[in-house]
Amino acid sequence: MSILGNRVLRREDPKLLTTGGTYVGDLDLPSALSLTFVRATIAHGRILGVDSKDAKRAPGVVGVFTCDDMGLAPMPPSMAFLNQAMARPLLASGVVRYVGEAVVAVVAESAAAATDAAELVVIDYEPLAVVVDPLEALKDETLLFPEVGTNNCFELQFGHDDRFFEGCDVVVRQRIINQRVAPCPLETRAAAALLEGDGRLLFYSSTQSAHGVRDTLASSLDLAKESIHVITPDVGGGFGAKATVYPEDVVTAWCARRLGRPIVWSETRSESMLGLGHGRAQVQDVEIGGTRDGRILAYRIDVVQDAGAYPAIGAMLPFMTRTMATGVYDIARAEFNSTSVVTNTVPTVAYRGAGRPEAAAAIERAMDCYAAEIAMDPGELRRKNLIAADVFPYTTPTGTEYDSGNYVPALDLALEMAGYPKLRADQQARRRAGGSRQLGIGLSSYVEITNGVPEGEYGAVEILPNGKAIVRTGTSPHGQGHHTSWAMLVADQLGIAMEDIEVIHGDTDLVPRGVGTFGSRSLQIGGAAVNQAAIEVVDKARALAADLLEADVADIVLDKPGATFHVAGTPSISRGWAELAQASLERAGEPLMAEVDLPTAGATFPFGTHVAVVEVDTETGQVRLVSHVAVDDAGRILNPLLAEGQVHGGIAQGAAQALVEEFSYDAAGNPLTGNFADYSIISAAELPSFDAAFTETPTPRNALGAKGIGESGTIGSTPAVQNAVVDALSHLGVRHVDMATTPERVWLAIQAARADAGNGTKSRKGAA
Amino acid sequence: MEVTITLNGTECTHDVEPRTLLVYYIREAAGLKGTNIGCDTTSCGACTVLLDGRSVKSCTVLAAQAEGRTVTTIEGLAEADGTMHPVQRAFQEHHGLQCGYCTPGMVMAIVSMLAERGDHVLTEADVRLGLEGNLCRCTGYHNIVEAALAAARAPELRL
Ligand code: FES
Ligand code: FES
Repeated sequence: MSILGNRVLRREDPKLLTTGGTYVGDLDLPSALSLTFVRATIAHGRILGVDSKDAKRAPGVVGVFTCDDMGLAPMPPSMAFLNQAMARPLLASGVVRYVGEAVVAVVAESAAAATDAAELVVIDYEPLAVVVDPLEALKDETLLFPEVGTNNCFELQFGHDDRFFEGCDVVVRQRIINQRVAPCPLETRAAAALLEGDGRLLFYSSTQSAHGVRDTLASSLDLAKESIHVITPDVGGGFGAKATVYPEDVVTAWCARRLGRPIVWSETRSESMLGLGHGRAQVQDVEIGGTRDGRILAYRIDVVQDAGAYPAIGAMLPFMTRTMATGVYDIARAEFNSTSVVTNTVPTVAYRGAGRPEAAAAIERAMDCYAAEIAMDPGELRRKNLIAADVFPYTTPTGTEYDSGNYVPALDLALEMAGYPKLRADQQARRRAGGSRQLGIGLSSYVEITNGVPEGEYGAVEILPNGKAIVRTGTSPHGQGHHTSWAMLVADQLGIAMEDIEVIHGDTDLVPRGVGTFGSRSLQIGGAAVNQAAIEVVDKARALAADLLEADVADIVLDKPGATFHVAGTPSISRGWAELAQASLERAGEPLMAEVDLPTAGATFPFGTHVAVVEVDTETGQVRLVSHVAVDDAGRILNPLLAEGQVHGGIAQGAAQALVEEFSYDAAGNPLTGNFADYSIISAAELPSFDAAFTETPTPRNALGAKGIGESGTIGSTPAVQNAVVDALSHLGVRHVDMATTPERVWLAIQAARADAGNGTKSRKGAA
Repeated sequence: MEVTITLNGTECTHDVEPRTLLVYYIREAAGLKGTNIGCDTTSCGACTVLLDGRSVKSCTVLAAQAEGRTVTTIEGLAEADGTMHPVQRAFQEHHGLQCGYCTPGMVMAIVSMLAERGDHVLTEADVRLGLEGNLCRCTGYHNIVEAALAAARAPELRL
């Protein structure tokens, strides 16, 4: 019986639970020096002078370096379509563009000595005008790169027809702020670098892509890739933000080469809040038009994306937002336009969902605004417009081809699990009773794209002479459990017990090629590559067995429970994996092994429906998430235990954005939420347990039938929770509340609706 | 200054600066790296250990304050033969960890919570409130809470 689909416990856990993981900060590197940075304390300013005399003389200090000392070229934006003139220096050079930007590197014998010395560095600034709000940046009045002449770093245009809404009975408009949030993996960024005996650079990185780090270090330091060895020890979470190589990584490597001693860099949380990239940060204007009876005819979205001070992945998020703009709905006409602008803030990067949560939040909010306008139940409006199951593959008006889907059953199941009719009845009862605690029910039907910038992946399976197997993967797990999942896949193909299968990842010497773990890509492409390698190694073994048993290869069968090969019908004469591995070494002089570079057949499109229930105190504006139902469809599920874990974590991060988390700045560009005391990172006390279930609609785009599950929870939950908050207040005339739905925002929305009602006007009503 | 602590059952003495926090004593002086550091504002609980059996955030206690007392870290929880503590087992069985970074602190906080409950039957709400100071970014807390409630029912931990 196949192990696939079972709730197999993680083999990663015993070590993590008994001795703790080995993260970069836990490495034992004798005689290592500590690196720390002096960071910009103003958001925009010319550097008039750097005085590091005292720092250089401080006890234990080994080196103090500025950008000029390093003499390395700036890092250009990683994607060619981003404005390449806005390159990022490794340390601020001439100008600082956001609070927290690294200006000076300080290396000392201990972390404490480095920190103490960093405080002695004096930087003289001439303040420059600051722009924090992306809508202000759009005006190009305050420029971050005057020589470029604009703050615009990336633009997308997809239609603007004045007669776009012709034929619509109703058109509803809404401005939506998809606020800036901090990813907050619990392990902050860290790296260590040292020179190996042969002069190669050994670099330890807390990353989602060991090979990506190797390649970026090679290009930044002008070294051959072969001269760099990257290892990722255990990684304490990433959420997209560690898929990027940061200037501090390059400086760490540079210092090791310059000083000839091991260097450790491990940032504090307060540094990380300004150093690790941020996520989301879009201003969206949505317009939805349709008939009075709830048929959507046209949908338009305009986006201003805040890229932060230097264009990185965040600048291209609108591309993903456009890709998924129309969501699960069959909409004939769609328009999408976006501008990404630089501002004096932390650069934005990928954060769990990266452009797709923004798409889902926009259209799911628009759907509820439309439902309110035509007084239709949000569930009914969704059902009426879902793309039908028999039209896949389906091409959206923005040109995305969805692989497979069956949206109605997920919606039905979610409503059933939530007890939707009863919830609505309870809501009515509370409204009638008129108390201050009102119930809100929020729906979100979403579809997302995984392995969305489609790339292949490397996988290999090798059988050792003792009959055990080694798996090599190009994925880079940091909590996802690939050591368990990939062993399941290989055990299932080979019949070798899971405990005899070792998985190796994140070491560029041991794994020759790899892309990494981000964009929910790992199982559908990395797992599929490992699976394919396992199939191929079985084929090789079968041919060897045919030789040894002097039989026709077509007659050789693998008896999986016994992990032996024999001629069909004569199981008593067989060869095991150990014998075949030895035979391969003896006969062919090579290990019994299959290596696969699996090309991708395209992205896949997981989907589902979430239903959130909140209680809102209309006196105080306090919101409590009471329950959350998630029905997700990620194709065929390999290990439900791990898939549920991904969904739970995703829901919490999504609900966190809807409810409490928001990275904010004052007008001068000073961060107001620069540590864990000020940033309202969500805790167990603010969340309920979740009710998660799956429907399974396989994708034809890989042999496992699997789609990604890492980001669905976030994408589905955020709009469901936000919609629930608005729904709780809809009878008071509230049509929209921006995230995070803090007590203040909720309270103000109620006051504004009451004032509007008093004036006899309707709140934020769209024009027909 | 010399600080002597009974760390995971073994008495150890290290010469540290007076300003040394307990977490650095554990990680650097004693070399036990299981206890993690996740913040600099006493907010995350990644550094939670037991001080005389009760959970503390070791980043908020000076090593000197632990002089002569007993400290238990994640490394000291399993039995000598490697058998995991019921809370550790429950974490694996309920998939209460992903990246593992919060895990040592979470486990120690729950061990303490269970030891302090007396006759009280812990509810989900108790567990959630009790873990308010322990942040996890991966699990959404769902399976951590399940693990804690399962461990609370473990016969070995019944008084
Ligand atoms: S490191 Fe001690 S509470 Fe965060
Ligand atoms: S398991 Fe990663 S922070 Fe909790």
